[in-house]
Amino acid sequence: MQRRTILRTMAALPLATCSFGAWAAPAAGSKFLLVFLRGGLDTASVLVPIASEFYYRVRPDIAIARPGSLPDAALALDTSWGLHPALGDTLLPLYQRKELAFVAFAGTDDASRSHFETQDSMEMGQPLTGPRDFASGFLNRLVETLGGSSGGAAGGAVNPIAFTDQLPLVMRGGQHIGNVALQSVGKAVIDARQRDLIAGMYAPTRFSVPVGEGFAVREEIMKDLADEMDSASRGAITTKGFERDAQRVGKLMREKFDLGFIDVGGWDTHVGQGAAKGYLATRLAELGKGLAAFAATMGPAWRDTTVVVMSEFGRTLRQNGNHGTDHGHGTAYMVLGGAVRGGRVAGEQRVITEANLFQNRDLPVLNEYRGVLGALFARQYGLSARAIDRVFPGAQPRDLQLA
Amino acid sequence: MPLWCLGLLSACASAPGSDAGPAPAPPVVSGAALAPVPLLDRLSWGANSADYERIRAEGAQRWLQEQLQADPAAPLPASVNEQIADMTISRQPVARLVIGLESQRKSADAVPDEEARKAAQHDYQLELNRLAREAATRSLLRDLYSPKQLQEQLTWFWVNHFSVHQNKHMIRAMVGDYEDQLRAHALGRFRDLLAASARHPAMLAYLDNAQNAVKHVNENYARELLELHTLGVDGGYTQRDVQELARVLTGFGINNSDPAATQAPKLKRELAGQYLRDGLFEFNPNRHDYGDKQLLGHTIAGRGAAELDEVLDLLSRHPATARTISRKLARFLVADEPAPALVDAMAREFQRTDGSIAAVLRVAIGSPAFAQSLHGKFKDPVHYVVSAVRLAYDSRPIVNAGPMVNWLNRLGEAPYSHQTPDGYSLAESAWSGPGQLAVRFEIAKAIGSGSAGLFKTDGPNPSERPAFPQLANALYYQSTQASLAPATRQALDQAQSPQEWNLLLLSSPEFMMR
Repeated sequence: MQRRTILRTMAALPLATCSFGAWAAPAAGSKFLLVFLRGGLDTASVLVPIASEFYYRVRPDIAIARPGSLPDAALALDTSWGLHPALGDTLLPLYQRKELAFVAFAGTDDASRSHFETQDSMEMGQPLTGPRDFASGFLNRLVETLGGSSGGAAGGAVNPIAFTDQLPLVMRGGQHIGNVALQSVGKAVIDARQRDLIAGMYAPTRFSVPVGEGFAVREEIMKDLADEMDSASRGAITTKGFERDAQRVGKLMREKFDLGFIDVGGWDTHVGQGAAKGYLATRLAELGKGLAAFAATMGPAWRDTTVVVMSEFGRTLRQNGNHGTDHGHGTAYMVLGGAVRGGRVAGEQRVITEANLFQNRDLPVLNEYRGVLGALFARQYGLSARAIDRVFPGAQPRDLQLA
Repeated sequence: MPLWCLGLLSACASAPGSDAGPAPAPPVVSGAALAPVPLLDRLSWGANSADYERIRAEGAQRWLQEQLQADPAAPLPASVNEQIADMTISRQPVARLVIGLESQRKSADAVPDEEARKAAQHDYQLELNRLAREAATRSLLRDLYSPKQLQEQLTWFWVNHFSVHQNKHMIRAMVGDYEDQLRAHALGRFRDLLAASARHPAMLAYLDNAQNAVKHVNENYARELLELHTLGVDGGYTQRDVQELARVLTGFGINNSDPAATQAPKLKRELAGQYLRDGLFEFNPNRHDYGDKQLLGHTIAGRGAAELDEVLDLLSRHPATARTISRKLARFLVADEPAPALVDAMAREFQRTDGSIAAVLRVAIGSPAFAQSLHGKFKDPVHYVVSAVRLAYDSRPIVNAGPMVNWLNRLGEAPYSHQTPDGYSLAESAWSGPGQLAVRFEIAKAIGSGSAGLFKTDGPNPSERPAFPQLANALYYQSTQASLAPATRQALDQAQSPQEWNLLLLSSPEFMMR
């Protein structure tokens, strides 16, 4: 029996009775990527509530048509849900291979509807009431719980990285985590002697570790992406945008890193979001291509990889006055991976009617993200309830048996 | 009546008397004078020899008084003035520019031949890019060479506070004017800054208010106006307030058509005379919700454009706004986590003076916390890049700011390019990550190695003047050297060329701080 299978079987027991303290180290080769869609994705256009009369009534111009009703209608996932047609070539095959699950009615209890407030509070992953540590993100605490970052002074077990030009809040905290902007990868201009001189100046300062990491990560990336640069410089056709970034992320996570973060902006569709075609459809197609490219690039390591795609909130169920949608509440997450128990829409659900809306405008949150992600991490990494409580303090685990 | 209303009344009552008259201003800082270099590194865009000599000659007190007085027409070196005067954004008012571009776009879209149409559309995009580049260049030239350094810093601060993203619609053609409008009030009253942004086509386009109309409500701008521009996310407003404010904002939009060729919309008799147009700004009564609104416990009587003035008064005088703006100013000019007592003192001054920014800054700069904080703030990329070029070339004007814009792009803080309306972060943690630092050293090398394109003209026949960064200058030997840590001095001693010495100085931990 594979170690992973044992973990999964045992993790199926109620969390409270489990204790995996002896196995605090991550399962060998286990990898996790968080994809954050900043701006508030309109998930009702991605995971389409095809059985909801109300949805079609309140979105006369931007609804995705019922499966089979039009050439570019939603693609049926089951009798309640459909998939946006722009994702047919990329995410539908993953769903059919049971490597993609959706979590409907997901989200946070933070109802400020502010992008920034909600993103920050989600990235911190701390209880909404009581004092909060604004310098501690949940992925940083996960790294700590898994035995620490290899980049730190102690040289821990995890090799985390943010593929962003700034270190995101979710990865800030006690563990040293590097970041690299995939767009700014280029030829090395600082030679080894200069690197040592600069590192020497920083040795007595609080920036000593990030300076060292910055050099190390850049060298690593240069090495891993050397052949891509090489073929690009010989005129090969290269992908662009998120698909290219996701391929790079795949390559780097396959070769070196095991816990990653990337974000994608442009989801704040207040005006003219389109339906089966249009602005949002184009962005979704790009997202789908990227996720499929990431899965393919990971190769055999995809078996041990989990990807969670989330956004700070969903959008109003009713379309607004400009064929767009405004800031809402409940959203839907995607969980992808070679060993994910996919091919289903997981979590507590309700029929979408006017009466079931949150504050008569938004999807309700029935599957709180800290509980859902905590249970996912418990399964993937074999972590005890106590360990998970350090990642998401005070959260009620909500095990959707995703991994 | 909620408590804050009482505070509001007393603030209004004291406002007129506190308007700064001709009486001589009291000293900004009491006690020991602040050392010139740390003062310049914080309140200017970075110390250079020219400003160092100026402070030494006239004293910190007088320099501070000058800095706190606004002067949008502050004299620049003649060659810089010429560069700016040559710009399209200086020669044409924004309305003419945008109306012309709009007709260019329409003609481009109407070209029948596909190839020719694409070429025409491409030209239109290039022109928008060029105008945004002009605005960025003008802004950087003022940062580098204006004697009113604090005013230029505050201009950056307000453009970032009322942030817009240039890549939406035609905002690239508007950012130059947007910055100028905010710059005119950078040290003035918050109420004027708020009004300048609320009526500017760049903001109306960016946060979709141009589309906000009765029965077609779009609450994007209303929410950010409360959350980001005034009260702050903890300012005590509700979702209902957002929706009501969105109703107030209906009908305020943009008109890109030539006024000579268009007529005002036909209005119902009871709305006659309510239509407003000022440049690109438009108030269209047919798109406005004339019902009464309930905002923050006040009834706003539905009556048209005057509602906006009432609401901007209400928001700019709200105690939560005084706190939010004071805290953010303190973050910018004192510390990432300013002491609550300092923020309180600034907020009180904000309310006492009805939102005079210079008065609030005076409280911050005069506080003991300010003196103690000098050289304690980590430079964000724009401070890093501008201070490096100021130090390297002092008062010798560059002829091309393009390389600076490219560096800022690589560092993630390019002008008018923050996608979301919260603006760039003012906190060290956003800019001191490993990836950031690694790129910063590469830029240090570019700046330290030679003229880096800063003295090369654009255009078909570029000419380049010889130039080399002068970092081992009088300022270095008179002041900087003594403040360097032993590890930094050791590294500098091992430099094998002037270029490498420059790289190390610009990469040093000391040069990262302001």
